[in-house]
Amino acid sequence: MASLSSRLSPITRRRLSAFKANRRARVSLWLFATLFILSLFAELIANDKPIIMQYDGQWYFPMLVDYPETEFDGFLPTRTDYLDPFVQQQIDDHGWALWPIIPFSYQTLDMNMTRPSPAPPDSRHWLGTDDQGRDVTARVIYGFRLSVAFALALTAGSLVVGVVVGGVQGYFGGKIDLIGQRFTEIWSGLPVLFLLIILASFVQPGFWWLLGIMLLFSWLGLVDIVRAEFLRARNLEYVRAAKAMGLPSRLIMWRHVLPNAMVATLTFIPFLFTGAIGTLTALDFLGFGLPPGAPSLGELAAQGKNNLHAPWLGITAFMTLAIMLSLLVFIGEGLRDAFDPRHVQQRQAGPAQETQHA
Amino acid sequence: MPNPLLRIEHLDVTFDSTPVVHSLSLTLHAGETLAIVGESGSGKSVSALGMVNLLPSNASVQGERWLGDTNLANLTETEWNTVRGNRVGFIFQEPMTSLNPLHRVGKQIGEALRLHQGLRGQAARERCKELLEQVKLPRPDELLDAWPHQLSGGQRQRVMIAMAIANNPSLLIADEPTTALDVTVQQEILALLRELRDHHGMGMLFISHDLNLVRRHADRICVMYQGRIQEIGPVEQVFQHPQSDYTKALLAAEPEGRPQAIEHTAPLLTARQLSVSFKRPKTGLFKRQPPAFVAVHPIDFQIAPGETLGIVGESGSGKTTLASAVMRLVTSQGDVTLGKDKLSALTGDALRRHRHRLQMVFQDPYGALSPRMPVFDIVSEGLRFHYPHLTTEEVTQRVNQTLHEVGLPESCAARYPHEFSGGQRQRIAVARAIILEPELLVLDEPTSALDRTVQKQLVALLRDLQARRQLSYLFISHDLAVVRAMAHRIMVLKDGEVVEQGPCLEVLSAPQHAYTQALIAAAHLTH
Repeated sequence: MASLSSRLSPITRRRLSAFKANRRARVSLWLFATLFILSLFAELIANDKPIIMQYDGQWYFPMLVDYPETEFDGFLPTRTDYLDPFVQQQIDDHGWALWPIIPFSYQTLDMNMTRPSPAPPDSRHWLGTDDQGRDVTARVIYGFRLSVAFALALTAGSLVVGVVVGGVQGYFGGKIDLIGQRFTEIWSGLPVLFLLIILASFVQPGFWWLLGIMLLFSWLGLVDIVRAEFLRARNLEYVRAAKAMGLPSRLIMWRHVLPNAMVATLTFIPFLFTGAIGTLTALDFLGFGLPPGAPSLGELAAQGKNNLHAPWLGITAFMTLAIMLSLLVFIGEGLRDAFDPRHVQQRQAGPAQETQHA
Repeated sequence: MPNPLLRIEHLDVTFDSTPVVHSLSLTLHAGETLAIVGESGSGKSVSALGMVNLLPSNASVQGERWLGDTNLANLTETEWNTVRGNRVGFIFQEPMTSLNPLHRVGKQIGEALRLHQGLRGQAARERCKELLEQVKLPRPDELLDAWPHQLSGGQRQRVMIAMAIANNPSLLIADEPTTALDVTVQQEILALLRELRDHHGMGMLFISHDLNLVRRHADRICVMYQGRIQEIGPVEQVFQHPQSDYTKALLAAEPEGRPQAIEHTAPLLTARQLSVSFKRPKTGLFKRQPPAFVAVHPIDFQIAPGETLGIVGESGSGKTTLASAVMRLVTSQGDVTLGKDKLSALTGDALRRHRHRLQMVFQDPYGALSPRMPVFDIVSEGLRFHYPHLTTEEVTQRVNQTLHEVGLPESCAARYPHEFSGGQRQRIAVARAIILEPELLVLDEPTSALDRTVQKQLVALLRDLQARRQLSYLFISHDLAVVRAMAHRIMVLKDGEVVEQGPCLEVLSAPQHAYTQALIAAAHLTH
């Protein structure tokens, strides 16, 4: 039984091979996946604490544990600032430390700067610093992770809500459909941006606040697609056969109708994803987004706008967003083509001829 | 003999290096009808389309093709455009989709006239009207400005014929022109085609799977099987003295035999005053609600255990709606009683628990199986839901047993529906229904999408299952030959009303109602 269901269906296999045949999409997926996985370990790449160190023959893990400065023969009982020249001198004298490649976190202010901030790129700050003296490379890495995580959560949430609402409307039809449609129409008329601006005036919108508010509205785009697919599928003969068999509605929807609706839905996902990243960036750019200090690409873009004499800020923000969104669009295109039966046929015609010559 | 109108020699058609038609040679003379007969997948449509370069780009066509003095093999695409629609006319199978729904009838016919004869304005309109008269459509003046959706299937096919003959073609290719139509309409269309052929002196290439039709409407017949010509010759000669084994099998493929006789016992299913009506939408905001459309008028019938009740009628007669009402898949009025339980009083969960007692097999073997599930899951789904206490081994055993019973190997359980032929899929659908051990099986046109030889096997299987399991069938079909082989009693429906019912053979041999008589006459039952 398990071996049967774990076997990929031939349709899925055909789609996979169609996706693999699309070189641009495949390369984009690999690049994006690599970047995202790397950014998941941002703390090991860009941090203002050593990953691991030895001091007087003892092991320390500053990344996981906060040690007071007195531990390293300092004077203050507060948390150690490992970038302090005195502490660094002590560590060099009594042992060694393994530092991340970029010795700054996203909110580390570089106190040993000799130049005014924003400082242009050099060997110490690869992409320069922003106008508060924070390392731009570190902020980009953390910002990328935050954007993608936000978009992932938002897409997953919208997918669940959108499929459930659209599915119920489409499958049952009639009055439920009519009332549901009118409700979604009214709901989609609410101004999202104003709601966020109003919200920003009485709570400090954090990651979860923003996600919640956006989630209230982002599912609307999916409802129409899913509803149309369910409306079509509920009269298919195998769905009627399942009804005649006496299966309850939820099982029919889950096993028979949803797999059909998923094609249209999956095609829509990459665009939901890029949309989520774009919205978060825009809100941060306007100052209604994540709290100050959070690593955000929109805030970097805003800094670039305010500091035209420091072009590395604007260029970095632009390049990061452009590369990230382009990769996502390429992946989305590949997915859409893989799910489109006509494209699959064209692709299959190609290799068939090649094998003939071989 | 004069020069042939169409001469094909050693035609080969290949799709992506897969050969589909092998070395087909035939000739067609003016004023003659040549029928190409074969089952689905035999390459009959492909060879006709290949002759006139209408195949997709991944097909390659080789061989000599002559239309009169024109060598078709050397034509360029622009030269083709002066041949197709002008010297060669086409009629396709599906009248519902081969007219553009956004253009009026007159404009669609006029297009061919404008392209090939340069007729415009009033002259084109006059000619269109003349054509509509030729294809015997009533009120041609009004119909010129009608939209395709306002016409019935038969009327649309007549419009298609008018378009095909608009430029007086010398060759008419009719690809299953009547398959989508009701039997009584079929006869009219074919008579019209024959008349037009004689009138214009056209040669007609008639593609069909229906031997009965071919026998009455063709002069010569060409039997194809797996892309090869099995036999070619005058109709009577082929029918009386078939040479190839395949032709013999095809001729013997009419479903035969009769179901086992039954003893009269208490009825299993009783329907009393069963009727179905659909609400019609209001035409305007302040208009009164129009009266409901009655799809099935109140009907009484009974089915005994082990008995088959055949329901016969043309499309739109309410056969399928009646079946859905019995299955409680549509809202209906009246009583349906199965055994001792009054199904029409049950709803929701209570109804669902009784559902395994009556099961349904649908018409379209391609649409009735979920393409994303392997056969094992499809067949076992109902079993796993209705009997959740069964272990995996027990379910597997039941599935294998049922597959064996419908004549499928156990190895097919892991495969997906698209790997099977139409007949095999219908067997899977039957397996899915009988694994629940129903008392009544509703069969909605189970054979109409299948080839004759496959139909015969399915009918034999169904009769066998009935005898073994004492199953009752509600058998819906428009095909009288199949109904005769299946049903104990039949009920003839017309516009949602029963016009005649009684024991099967009695009704078929001595029909009382005029409609039944017309149906039986059109079906041309042999023996």
